[in-house]
Amino acid sequence: MIRISPSPFDPGGELSVFEKAAGDAGAVVSFLGRVRGEETKAAVTALYLEHYPGVTERMLGELETEARGRWAIAEPLIIHRVGELNPGEPIVFVCVSARHRRDAFEAADFLMDYLKTKALFWKKEITSDGERWIEPRAEDYSDAARWNERDKDN
Amino acid sequence: MARILFFGRLADLAGGRTRELQIGDSVRNLRELVDLIAKGDARLGAALREKSVQTIINERVSTGEAISDSDEIAFLPPVSGG
Repeated sequence: MIRISPSPFDPGGELSVFEKAAGDAGAVVSFLGRVRGEETKAAVTALYLEHYPGVTERMLGELETEARGRWAIAEPLIIHRVGELNPGEPIVFVCVSARHRRDAFEAADFLMDYLKTKALFWKKEITSDGERWIEPRAEDYSDAARWNERDKDN
Repeated sequence: MARILFFGRLADLAGGRTRELQIGDSVRNLRELVDLIAKGDARLGAALREKSVQTIINERVSTGEAISDSDEIAFLPPVSGG
């Protein structure tokens, strides 16, 4: 399930609903991404996020399908915030359930790598030094590339 | 009228997220569209020509470059979600 949320969400409540829906799955993995309070020494006062309505959701749906083709997992939950956010606020939440933990861990990791480098979101940081649009770090791209390398190995 | 969408820093440069543009017969592909935009705003034109900028035509990742007056064309700078 994909949810793009213009307002704050409650990860604890979401996880508990997801867990119930997971039935007797042996493993549930969740990842919560939050707004960092500082970036390159400047204090972050707010973050602004936008997406491409309709297209972002469709591509995330395709991503979920891909993850389910790679690992034995149930339908994952992806919640992503848009709009204005404050430091410490939840920005992204990914939940995956599976019979066994390895599938759940890896699928969650894969979904996050995609969300950082390919999903259609744009993030502007408002700091004490001014505003700037963020781009993925080199590590984000190399993290995402791990999954392609694995495809070659198989 | 073609509908042009800008995201992220491109929207800041364009001074807005959407722009309706009469592209007529003189604009048949993406390159000519960018040339037309660059005529009115050289800085925006240069930003749209950067290699890292992706385009989506009518909500589909563009494989061809042909466009027409009824299309929605989105210019996407590098993404930064999560």
